[in-house]
Parts: sequence; C-alpha cells; structure tokens
Amino acid sequence: MEHSVAYVRTEDAPILKPPANLVGVRGWVMANLFPNWSNSILTVVAALFAYWVLSNVLGWAIFRATWTGESRDACIVEGAGACWPFVQAKFAQWIYGFYPIDQRWRVNVCFFVGAAALIPLLMPSLPYKKWNALFLLFAFPLLALILLTGGHFSFGFGAFISFVVQFLAIVAAFLPLTVFGIENGIKSAKPGLILVGLGLVLRVLSYAFDIPLPAILDGVSTTYLIALLLMLAGGAWGLLQVLGAGPQASRPVLRAWLSGGVALLLVAILLKWDFGLEYVETSQWGGLLVTLVVAITGIVFSLPVGILLALGRRSNMPIVKYFSIGFIEIWRGVPLITVLFMASYMLPLFLPPGTNFDKLTRVLIGIALFSSAYMAEVVRGGLQAIPKGQIEAAQALGLPYWSTMNLIVLPQALRIVIPGIVNSFISLFKDTTLVTVVGLYDLMGIVIAGFADAKWASSQTAPTGYFTAALLFWVFCFGMSRYSQYVERRLNTGHKR
Amino acid sequence: MVVALAAVGYELYVNASANLAKLGKTFGFDFWDKSAGFDISQSLIPYTSSSSYGTAIIVGFLNTLLIAGFGILFATVIGFTVGIMRLSKNWLISRIATVYVETIRNIPLLLQIFIWYGAVLKPLPGPKQAINVGGFYLSNRGLNMPSPIFEGAAWMGLVGLAGGIVGAILLRRWARARQLATGEAFPYISVGLALVVFTPFLGLVLAGWPVAWEVPVMGAFQLSGGVTVNPEFIALLIALSVYTASFIAEIVRAGIQAVSHGQTEAAGALGLRQTLITRLVTIPQAMRIIIPPLASQYLNLTKNSSLAVAIAYPDLVAMGGTVLNQTGKAIEIVLIWMIVYLTLSLLTSSFMNWYNSRMKLVER
Repeated sequence: MEHSVAYVRTEDAPILKPPANLVGVRGWVMANLFPNWSNSILTVVAALFAYWVLSNVLGWAIFRATWTGESRDACIVEGAGACWPFVQAKFAQWIYGFYPIDQRWRVNVCFFVGAAALIPLLMPSLPYKKWNALFLLFAFPLLALILLTGGHFSFGFGAFISFVVQFLAIVAAFLPLTVFGIENGIKSAKPGLILVGLGLVLRVLSYAFDIPLPAILDGVSTTYLIALLLMLAGGAWGLLQVLGAGPQASRPVLRAWLSGGVALLLVAILLKWDFGLEYVETSQWGGLLVTLVVAITGIVFSLPVGILLALGRRSNMPIVKYFSIGFIEIWRGVPLITVLFMASYMLPLFLPPGTNFDKLTRVLIGIALFSSAYMAEVVRGGLQAIPKGQIEAAQALGLPYWSTMNLIVLPQALRIVIPGIVNSFISLFKDTTLVTVVGLYDLMGIVIAGFADAKWASSQTAPTGYFTAALLFWVFCFGMSRYSQYVERRLNTGHKR
Repeated sequence: MVVALAAVGYELYVNASANLAKLGKTFGFDFWDKSAGFDISQSLIPYTSSSSYGTAIIVGFLNTLLIAGFGILFATVIGFTVGIMRLSKNWLISRIATVYVETIRNIPLLLQIFIWYGAVLKPLPGPKQAINVGGFYLSNRGLNMPSPIFEGAAWMGLVGLAGGIVGAILLRRWARARQLATGEAFPYISVGLALVVFTPFLGLVLAGWPVAWEVPVMGAFQLSGGVTVNPEFIALLIALSVYTASFIAEIVRAGIQAVSHGQTEAAGALGLRQTLITRLVTIPQAMRIIIPPLASQYLNLTKNSSLAVAIAYPDLVAMGGTVLNQTGKAIEIVLIWMIVYLTLSLLTSSFMNWYNSRMKLVER
C-alpha cells in the first residue's frame, strides 16, 4: 500500500550545501570585496592605499622608532622613526605643566576624586544619581579649586557678606513668583521688585557720585547704604508676601532660599580657610591639568546657565525671551577665538576699577559664557521634544511654573539630551586647545612648547609630539563619543513603540 | 527685569569709561585712517606698510572670505565623496571611510592645523630643491603655480563662457519641454557641461589664442613669477577642508540613509535604472535633510578659519589682533570682529533658509 503511488517520495530529498561561492569566507569576500569588475578594481586600489598608509604609520611609530635614549643623540640617526624617549622625558610635564613637583599629589587627588565620582555617574545601573551629580557639579569644583590653588583666598569678608545679603534680597523679592505663579506673583511682588530695582540703580550710580550727606559710618558711601536699605526692604516685602501664603506653600520656598544663603556663606568660609597648602599660581598650571580644568569648568558652568537660557528662550515674557535669544545668538555667531581675545583684552575694561583676574580665570569666564550658549541650544532641543500635554497636565494639577519645570519637564528633557550634552563636551574638550593662542599651556600648547628644548631637537621630535598629542585627544574624544552612542541606544529602546 | 538689565548695562558703561580714562584712552574709530606700518604676507588688494589700519583690516576680511570660500568648496567635495564611500557595499571602501571620519573628527582642529603646517609643509625642501610637477613647485615657501596672462582679445574667452552658460540653460529648458511633451529624455547635463567647457576655448581660438603662461623661474634664492600660495594658506585650507569634510560625510550618510527604502524600491519597480534612482529619487529627498546641518557646517568652517591666527595667516582675526596690539583699541576691534562674523552667519543662515524653503516647495 505504501508504495502504490510510485512518484511520491517517502523521505525528504537530501539537504544540499549552499553553493561554495555564497557562504563562508569565500562567499563573504565575493559579495563584499569582488562582486563585479569595477568593484574589484576599487578593492585592489583601496587595499594598496590602506597597506601604504598602515605600513608607513606602523613603520614610523613602531618598527623604525627609537625606543631608548637620554637625549637627541638617540633620535638623530639617519632613517629613524618616532622619537619615543622624548615623550618619556616630557610626559610628566604634559600632565602637570609646571606645577611644583612636590605638590603634584594635589593634582593626583583631584584626578582621582573626579574619576571616582564620574565613573559611577556614567554607569546607568548604579543608584544615587542625583546626589552623585550634585557632588560632581558643586562639591567637586570647590574641592578642586581649593586643592589646586591652595585656597586661603584674600577677599574682603565684609564685602562678600554684603554681596550675599544683596543677592539674597534680590532673590527674596522674586520669591512670590514661585509661590503664586507668574501673573498673581508679579502682582504681589511688584512693590518689592520696584524697591529692589531702585536700590540696584542707586547702587550703580554710587560709583559715579555720592549724595553729599554726612557719612553715618566711616568709609561707607551714603548712596551705597541707602541702596542697600532699599534692596533689603524689597526683599523683606517679598518674604512677607510668601509668608502670607500660609506655611504649606511657603515652607519649601523659604527652605530653599535659606539653604542657598547658608551654602554661599559656607563656600565663603571654605575659600577663606587656611588649610596650610602652598599657594600655586595658575601660571604654573599646564598640560592635561589645564585642558581638564577648562573643559570641566565650561561644562559645569554651562549646564545650569544653559538650562536657564533655554527656559528663557521659550518664556512668554518678552524681555526674558529676547535677552536669551540675543545672548545665545551673539555667542554662537562669533568664533571662540574672538571670545578668548575678548576675555583677555576687553573683559578687564568692563570690570570695576581695581578688580583684576589672572589670565586663566578670564579665559574660563569666556569659555563658560560661550559654552552656555551652545548648551542652551542643546537643552532647547530636549524641551521641544516634550509634548505640550505634559505641561498642560501639570498646570491642570495646579503646579506653579518652577515646579512644572523641576518635576515634570526638565527630568524628561535632560534625559533625552544626555547624548547632546556629551557631544558638546567633546567639542568643548577639543576647543580647549584654543587657549594656547592667548598664551596658556594646555595639553597641546605644552607639547608644542617642548619642541623648543635644545636637548631634544631633532627632525623627529615635532612629528612624535604631534602624534602623541593627537593620540591622547583621540582616545578621550573617541571614548566619549562611544559613550554617547551607548546612551543613545539605551534611550532609544525606552522610547520605541 | 528691565531695571536690572539697564542697571547692569549702565554699570558696565561706567566701569569701561572709568578704565579707559585711567589708561588715557578714548573710544573711537579714529585709528582707521592712520598708517599701519606693518607688512602682510598675502593680500588680495594693493597693500603696503604705509597703508592705513582700515585697509589692513579689510585685507584680513578678504583673506577670511578667500579661505572660507575655498574651504567650503573642498570640504563639500571631500565630504560628499567620503559620505557616499561610507555607504558603499564594498566592505574595504566603507571601512576606510569610517576610519577617516572617526579619526579626523576626534582630533582638535587646531592640532591638525599645526600638524599640516609644522610636520608636513615645513620639513619640505627649500625653494632650490622644490618638488616640481609640470610647472608647479612645492617647497617650504609654499606652492608656486604658473599664472595665465591675458592680452588682446582675451575677453572673447569670457564671451564664450557666457554664451556657453546661456546655451546650457536654454538646452535644459528645451530638453525639459520636450520630455514633457513627448516623454523622450535628452542627456542635457553632459551636453550642457561640454558646452560650458568648450565654448570659452572656441572664443579664445577665434581670437587667435591670446593667452600666455607665466611659469615660475628659479632665481638666485627663490622662485619668482607665476602665482605663489603661502604655506600658511595651504596648511589652513587642507586642515579646514579635511576636518569639516568628516562632519559633512556624516551628514551626507545620515541624509541618504534617512530616505526610506520603500522609495528606492518603488522607483526600481517602475523600471528606473540605478543611476536614475539615485539622481531623481534618492538625492532630491536626501538633500532636504542634508541642507540645514550642512549650512551650519559651512558656518562652522567660516568661524574656524579664525584659527588662522595660530599660524600667522593674515585673516580678519589675525589682522585685528595685530592692530589691537599696536593701537590698544580693544573694544573697537572686538566690535568689528563681532559685527563681521555675526553678519556672515546671518547671511549664510538666511541664504540656506531661502534655499531650504525652495527645496521644500519643489517637493510638495
């Protein structure tokens, strides 16, 4: 019965192997390298080109290179490649610059603490992200500042206290806006704001002239004192309004305001404290240290300022909006090098007579303003990606503006723009090389400065130095770009539908 | 808020005038007409050391435009080539393009400028042993090229060029009209290109070939005659174009990949050949995505050309810096820089916006 229909097979035909030219190494090579005549020619030419580049680079950097030696004599051999002893001799200088050798442990501590705080922040699976970020953004810069310079700053304590008081008064005058929302807030804060405004105008005018009244206190300008009183009155009015809203609404606002004041005072005390560290001038800093200081200052400063500017650009208040747009577009429209020139030549002209910053500080201010304009645009991209329904839902729940932003919009927006933030950090990191032009020695600057050393003068010194500097920058930037791609992939899976 | 801004502005003004008064300086552009007293290595307009500071700054501005123009041209060509190479099915080709992009864009531009200038161009032999390729001499003093000298009826060449361009435009119109009417295609691109290239020669031949070449000649110490391109210009041009090209390549790749596969498959189903699919379906849609970021890369290149100051190529920033050092007019010079660069960026972005909106209109 089984075999009654002769042509029906009872077992499967044997599975044949796929043709040899379609699978395995040979199939891959045929498909990807030699699919047709023109492509085959292209492959051969490209292979020859790749061989030529690789053999030259590897031959120069490894096979023909000089590996040991004490001076240029080892490197001036005919036909020799890279001069690695030069790198060996200069490497510590490339990292620390002219930082005193017995004080280098301070730089090391900063590198170590920074890395120890940064690495857990970059690993998504680890907890306490918020505290970690706060430490890195606020505590670490303070620690680094004190450790690297030696602390014990000599600013007038009285002047600083009066600055903190004025700052707190101005902030206090604005507080009703956070409790009552924009419209009602402006209504209730108006008298306080007017008082503060008058105080500010008077304070500025006090530089130009002094009201000829008998001085109440010796050495205190009368105009200045009146301005101070006006500002205090404005601040007090704001505080009273907030208190009037009842403890439920006022407590968190007041707590934030007070802890801000206490934090400022604490910072001042820490900066003034004598830790017994030797003072190291910033002109002695250099190499990777300066590169990292400039890049990290730029990013730490630009994050909060950039967020404020991005919010300002989307604000409904015309002055805030156009101020933000103007600020962002002006800094983004000019090259960084003109910003650096501006910071080193023009900034001193606009500061109150008598104040003076060192070169590094001026450059840091320029970089910080420049990068916050770019950061603002990155953050704006994130803000625009948040659907309007989110904001409307928050408003429907009765959340005021800042709570909406803090609790609903920014956490979502900042998550989206992490790759953008890393990317702008990469370009900031590359841009730090520009500080060489205004006379600071960053990693690239100090490498180039080393070429002038007569002990190592040879035809291979400069290429070796350039190669190593390029390699160092490449490792940093490539690592960061890989990290940003990794975050992007992680974020993508969360949002895909 | 207004009051606070005004107060800050007033404070800055008061400080600036107090500081200027203390230094014995005044604000004003009266330095503009004073004699500069320094030489400039490359100038597109007549300039001597007795020309004014104003002329020096204009020379710098023109040099900025020159480097930006050439840089944009080369960066676009390299960038599009590498971007398309990255999408090649040939594994080796796409790998080479990837390595190029990942290497170049992760090394700071300023370092690349120094490498081209200090490690590639400076170690070249001197003018006496210059590398000579068909009248082009490459040495550590730069590139000396033959330059054409036009005499007599050389304007006939220009007439020919204009005629060729007009002819090509007319040809395109006629070809389009015919294709709409009969469906027959005409290879107007290649024929038009041939027309534009050929007619100037025709004009010159009709005029009796009034062109001579001035070839660089070796003198006692240096090459003379022809056109000399400074090593600073070459280093800056190579570094700027190679660096910007790596970003443009990524933009091009992303733009082409963003055109959905269904589009090319549909075009294939309609029976279009691969070249036609690329030209008529992929590129027009990819360009729409490519152009906005491309515009910002062009702007970046223009702004990055200010790094010229590091290798003393006389661009706007370098000239401004020299004038600033000699006159001490910091605020004025920085104002000039800001106005020029802001104007350039606004012009570029408005042109690109116009182009972008035109592309969009054609699309829908």
